[in-house]
Amino acid sequence: MNNASLDQIIASHAGRPGALLPILHDVQHAFGCVDAAAEATIARALNLSRAEVHGVVSFYHDFTETHDPRPEVQLCRAEACKARGVEALVAAAENAAGNRVKLKTVYCLGLCSSGPAARVGDSLHARLDEAGIVQLVQNA
Amino acid sequence: MTTVRISDDALALACGADAVAAAFESAGCTVERISSWGMHWLEPLVEVDGQGFGPATPADVPAILAGSSDKAIGPVAQHPFVACQQRLTFARAGKTRPLSLDDYAATGGWVGFDRARGMAPAEVVAEVLKSGLRGRGGAGFPAGIKWKTVGDAPGAQKYIVCNADEGDSATFADRMLMEGDPFQLIEGMAIAGYAVGADQGYIYVRSEYPHAIAKLNAAIALAEAKIAPFQLEVRVGAGAYVCGEETSLLNSIEGKRGEVRAKPPLPALKGLFGCPTVVNNVLTLAAVPHILTPGGASLYDSLGIARSKGTMPIQLAGNIKHGGLFETAFGITLDELVNEIGGGTASGRPVKAVQVGGPLGAYIHPDQFELPFDYEAYAGADALIGHGGISVFDDSADMGAMARFAMEFCAAESCGKCTPCRIGSTRGVELIDRIRAGGKVMADAVEALPQMHNARKSGRTRGEDIVLLEDLCETMKFGSLCALGGFTPYPVMSALKHWPEDFG
Repeated sequence: MNNASLDQIIASHAGRPGALLPILHDVQHAFGCVDAAAEATIARALNLSRAEVHGVVSFYHDFTETHDPRPEVQLCRAEACKARGVEALVAAAENAAGNRVKLKTVYCLGLCSSGPAARVGDSLHARLDEAGIVQLVQNA
Repeated sequence: MTTVRISDDALALACGADAVAAAFESAGCTVERISSWGMHWLEPLVEVDGQGFGPATPADVPAILAGSSDKAIGPVAQHPFVACQQRLTFARAGKTRPLSLDDYAATGGWVGFDRARGMAPAEVVAEVLKSGLRGRGGAGFPAGIKWKTVGDAPGAQKYIVCNADEGDSATFADRMLMEGDPFQLIEGMAIAGYAVGADQGYIYVRSEYPHAIAKLNAAIALAEAKIAPFQLEVRVGAGAYVCGEETSLLNSIEGKRGEVRAKPPLPALKGLFGCPTVVNNVLTLAAVPHILTPGGASLYDSLGIARSKGTMPIQLAGNIKHGGLFETAFGITLDELVNEIGGGTASGRPVKAVQVGGPLGAYIHPDQFELPFDYEAYAGADALIGHGGISVFDDSADMGAMARFAMEFCAAESCGKCTPCRIGSTRGVELIDRIRAGGKVMADAVEALPQMHNARKSGRTRGEDIVLLEDLCETMKFGSLCALGGFTPYPVMSALKHWPEDFG
């Protein structure tokens, strides 16, 4: 991990009340994870124990302790998408993903009237059928 | 040159609005990106001279411009889905460019804010009290009373926190408002800040809403001078559903684990960083600018039924033909919402169940469809309105599986602070699995150990397991710290009550 940019991230939030989550978001975004070394550095900067920082990192689904280089496809499997048949697409999506793509289950992307819905990065996809989700996974 | 209006709401984008907009631009049109009308089955909806076309694809562009498209729906504003609504909070939906201050001011923006700043803060609180506005996040607590508590609380520093952690499945009204009319939320928060004496506000948005976050940040920068000295900041969640609970949300903004706090102390007295804090939902705060316009409070109070005043932006979702945003006065029945306005299921099959209020809301049987949309009527029927989301299921739904999912979801999203929710949800999944498998045939390996002398040596029948599930739900309902553990029994018990045949 590049310490210079970690320090820059921490410095950019200096003096901000409740800065830990914004810092963790930036670190996760820049490095793909918040590892033990980053936790220790952030803890020192915010005058927290590493345990406190680790507690926060492990609590939230968005932060990961190791970097997964695979592209990620988020598939909503909450009630409204279930009502629109997402469960029938899961096997095909998993097959298409294999080990190359990380297929992550999320609960709600806010597209509940037009599911099944998926998200790749900041691009959203609705009204997915089997061909649609397979294509999305293949192009990820 | 022809001006074409297309929404840039996240749902329209997910349905391909950008490609349609690009096709119109290549055809030489001026494209205006506006908020969404909320007719989601028609997205991407294209509006040319007030006439609507949808759902449009790039291939439809020549026919739409030639006036020969078979996707024409007539004048958009007169579409029955829109015409029969009573839109106050979503009055600008489909009509304005979300980040245009000119559009906002031309459609009544800042009128409530300017009027409020000319009044004494206590008078502003009194108007909100008079309007009968109740919290739209789910609990339905009177907003005016909360504001008064914060206003009267001692303390130099106070905060306004907007709960935009809209994690419930079947809800998207907060998202649509933040993306389509961000200034209205900002105006509502600035009024709240003035009314209670807070100079700092936070909007806590879930990370699953990147478009809403971008719009809010841009809108705050544009409105900074107008709302000064009140300051606003967007804080982004990190994928924890439980952070929609107000005390857990406050912990999250403070940079802690999103664990629920025991109440008391109430956030109104000891909230964010230990200071008096107003925590209101997006829709609650967005209703405020209209209430503060001349006569707005009386109009709001005159709408609705019993103690549920004003309008509710209802979200029609799941397996429904005409899904989208439907804002109307309280009192409408589910039958009207699902069958008349929503047009039944998208699959064309009969409606089996409707879940109102998100993952923690009860499953409602078509026999109960005459229930009026009203906080107290729903509470009386062991159900809840929640954030006004409605998920429709057709007859292929397996309600036993949905009950299991409710427990599974609670187990995945529990913050872990209280035992009924943390342990109860996992035990609930196991129990429902066992019931669906026909009951527990014999004592398990642990129960059979000699030192487990209090454990049963025989198995349980399916009936005994159901009694156990009911007992577990009772414990979760009354023993959990917050609504996550406390309300998970609603979908479970309602599914068991109405569709016992789906439990094996």
